[in-house]
Amino acid sequence: MTNDRPWLPYALILPSVAFLALLFVVPLVQTVWLALSENGAPSLANIRTMAGDINFARSVQNTFLLALAVIPVQIAIALAMGTLVSKIGAGRETILWIWTIPLGISDLAAGMVWLAILQNTGYLNSLLFGLGLIERQTAWLTYQTPVALFIGIAIAEIWRGTAIVMVIIVAGLNQVPKEFREAAEVFGAGPWTRFWRITLPLIRPALQSALILRTVLAFEVFAVVYALGGRNFPVLVGEAYAWQNQNQNYGVAAAYAVLIMVISLAATLVYLKIVKVDPERLP
Amino acid sequence: MANIVIDRIRKAFGAFEALKEVSLTINDGEFVSLLGPSGCGKTTLLRIIAGLETATAGDIRIGDRSIIGLPPKERGLAMVFQNYAVFPHMTVYENVAFGLRMQKADEARVKKQVEKAAGLLHIEPYLDRYPNKLSGGQRQRVAVARALAVEPKVLLMDEPLSNLDALLRLEMRTELKTVLQAAGTTTIYVTHDQTEAMGLSDRIAVMHGGVVEQVGDPVEIYNHPATRFVGGFIGNPPMNFITVPVERGHVAAGAEQLSVPQGAGDSVVLGLRGEAVALVPREAGLEMQVRVAEPMGSHLLLTGSIQGQPARVVLPPSEAVRSGDVIGLRPDRNRITWLSPESGKSYPPSAA
Amino acid sequence: MSTAMKTAGFSSSRRLLLWSGIVALCAWVIVPIYLVAIGALGGRTGVYQWPKTGLPTGLSIEPFLLFLKTEGVVQSFLNSLGAAGITVTLSILLGAPAGYALARYTFPGKDGYRLLVLLTRAFPLAILALPLTVSFIRLGLYDTIVGVGLIHTVLALPFAALVTQGIFLGVPRELEEAAWVFGCTRIQAFFKVVVPLALPGIVATAVFAFVISWNEVFAASVLTVRNRTLTAYLLTVLSESPMHYRFAGGLLLILPSVIFIFAVRRYLFAIWGISSK
Repeated sequence: MTNDRPWLPYALILPSVAFLALLFVVPLVQTVWLALSENGAPSLANIRTMAGDINFARSVQNTFLLALAVIPVQIAIALAMGTLVSKIGAGRETILWIWTIPLGISDLAAGMVWLAILQNTGYLNSLLFGLGLIERQTAWLTYQTPVALFIGIAIAEIWRGTAIVMVIIVAGLNQVPKEFREAAEVFGAGPWTRFWRITLPLIRPALQSALILRTVLAFEVFAVVYALGGRNFPVLVGEAYAWQNQNQNYGVAAAYAVLIMVISLAATLVYLKIVKVDPERLP
Repeated sequence: MANIVIDRIRKAFGAFEALKEVSLTINDGEFVSLLGPSGCGKTTLLRIIAGLETATAGDIRIGDRSIIGLPPKERGLAMVFQNYAVFPHMTVYENVAFGLRMQKADEARVKKQVEKAAGLLHIEPYLDRYPNKLSGGQRQRVAVARALAVEPKVLLMDEPLSNLDALLRLEMRTELKTVLQAAGTTTIYVTHDQTEAMGLSDRIAVMHGGVVEQVGDPVEIYNHPATRFVGGFIGNPPMNFITVPVERGHVAAGAEQLSVPQGAGDSVVLGLRGEAVALVPREAGLEMQVRVAEPMGSHLLLTGSIQGQPARVVLPPSEAVRSGDVIGLRPDRNRITWLSPESGKSYPPSAA
Repeated sequence: MSTAMKTAGFSSSRRLLLWSGIVALCAWVIVPIYLVAIGALGGRTGVYQWPKTGLPTGLSIEPFLLFLKTEGVVQSFLNSLGAAGITVTLSILLGAPAGYALARYTFPGKDGYRLLVLLTRAFPLAILALPLTVSFIRLGLYDTIVGVGLIHTVLALPFAALVTQGIFLGVPRELEEAAWVFGCTRIQAFFKVVVPLALPGIVATAVFAFVISWNEVFAASVLTVRNRTLTAYLLTVLSESPMHYRFAGGLLLILPSVIFIFAVRRYLFAIWGISSK
């Protein structure tokens, strides 16, 4: 392309840069300032209020546990989906479409879907009752059943969030020529070896971006939790929301926001470090 | 008049100089190839002529008009791209008509020109189809028809045949020559394939490292390469270069004494086409150790060394030479190119 | 002979395993949606039916229509459409030119721009709605659909820029150059050649921007009070709504985005293949 108009690309990116500066960079700085100041002076008061809150420790713990429980399962299911679908010819498109449906479903809707199943007169209880495993309606989503509530929320998150991981991983798998696997097979590698030694290393970039995306989303988890458990199961974003809207204390809400950002950034850096993508080792 | 004058064109990409003061004049109606290995600057030069790339310095004139700085559409030329660049969302007809429609030609003229170009390239049956239903060869024809339909003053072609298979390439080559001879369009043709350049061109400009090494008609370039690079790049097998000592203005080739041009020093490079030799008894000519003898049917190809330097020669198929033989070769005096070992340039062919 | 049969038996049992895995995973996705649909269409009686059969009995469209007539539902539905419309328009109008610049030019600062775009991915962007409350109140954007559309554009814009970059890369540069040589200005060439070829991909990108906005809960809830989007409305009335209203709300949220995803299913993998690079 000719470079006789060197300003042209800048003119093209300028609107988006200006927009992101105004609505991404500025609020980012504002958040940090809000969290670390009080009445216009630097202060750790908001952080102290946050850390002293009765829900703080539980919300940190819950968010981390949820991320730890959900992400590996999602990656595993997505890899299984990708592997299964690579083995079939006809019907592939339809199956992939069905598996991507949750991509269009919000976390709030996902919470409501699983509420229909897990509520007292819901389908899970009906099934268990039909099988003779319970004698009367059992509550799963209350303060008294934290483990069941945790599992319910985790299942709803896995149900909704696997699609995005699957799409990224299948897109990654599509870019791996099947000759690599065939070559490995010719040299005597079994299916398990092929998966671990050939396929997995070659989809590292897809795996890395799926992990980053999912982890950032996992620390943003909010609506699904709220739909299923209300405030019985405090999570970080839920606390931020409560401080902002109910307590009208923007400083503490911002402190939570900063905490979430720090965790997300740290997780991203960790993934970039651990799941190294060396462009020279990719086809 | 559509002669093209390329006047000291320079192009730098950062610190890298893709073209170093290239000058070239192309006469009206002439077919000139820019020939060279990849990275020699030939495509860059073509794109500068088309207006797709800006020159760092220099001037280009078509007719008497300087076109430097004009956008491509105002240069009055047409181009055939390496991967055809046939618009996939338009039918073949719309593709061929594209340039005319942009010139706001009336529909009657569009129709006439499209049919004429389609007829020349035998694509009438496909006019209503979309390009993705066509083979590579057919798309190539569409791309050429699109270029010819606007009756350009200058036609630029960027490796137009390189994406076709060998058989189709040969067929298209013959056809291009027929069509372009009839149209009489000034054409600049970029290729790395010497047979294409030799077969199609009135003149060839051999480029290397951003410099035009030699301009001339195909026979001249083949027989009298101006530089060692040209001799080695053109011809199959490439020209042999044997550095030999000079004694009293002569070089000894077995029993023969070859006289060396004026100005040669203690040693000189003997440039010898592989087929410009005759088989003689071992002592009577240049001695060659044959490492491999390959009977090719039409000829016999010998690979080995002359005076310890690699050499490849071609003999008639009837000669009985086998791998491991040592033979004598008598060079054809009229077809020797003498080159300076220092500069790599050839001495002008002299009466000597 | 017996070896051949053994192989056939082996492979058919493997196929059985393969297909039961696929069917199970399909059921895992579809059955919950089916169940919430029954819940939404079963009304109050359906909710308290015990034990449930899971069969589509006693269904009628009435309870769902009743839900739609509830005060605030239609309005918030329209608000969601409005915010999504703004998001789609802005993210394409701002993102596509940037994508084009990334695809066609090398220029100093290109990597910096890509870094900025990728950086947004490491941040939980919806959280940025928190400090924006104050500035939005000052600018009169608080509790407006435009305000929600703006913050949703922050979510969708980086995505749109990266995806359209891939889409424009998929339109060979030579096609554009050919158009120039044959008499087009840059702008003519863009609209005659690039746009028609990039359009399906851009539409798919727009659909994704729509879904991103449609589904977003947190920022919309923080930035609105009376002009709620559907998600924000449902979140606030959640605790005081009867069960079958919640299910109806869930269904109403699910339907449009599922239809849209269906419409762009051909591009899903190409787009994510691109945007995850």
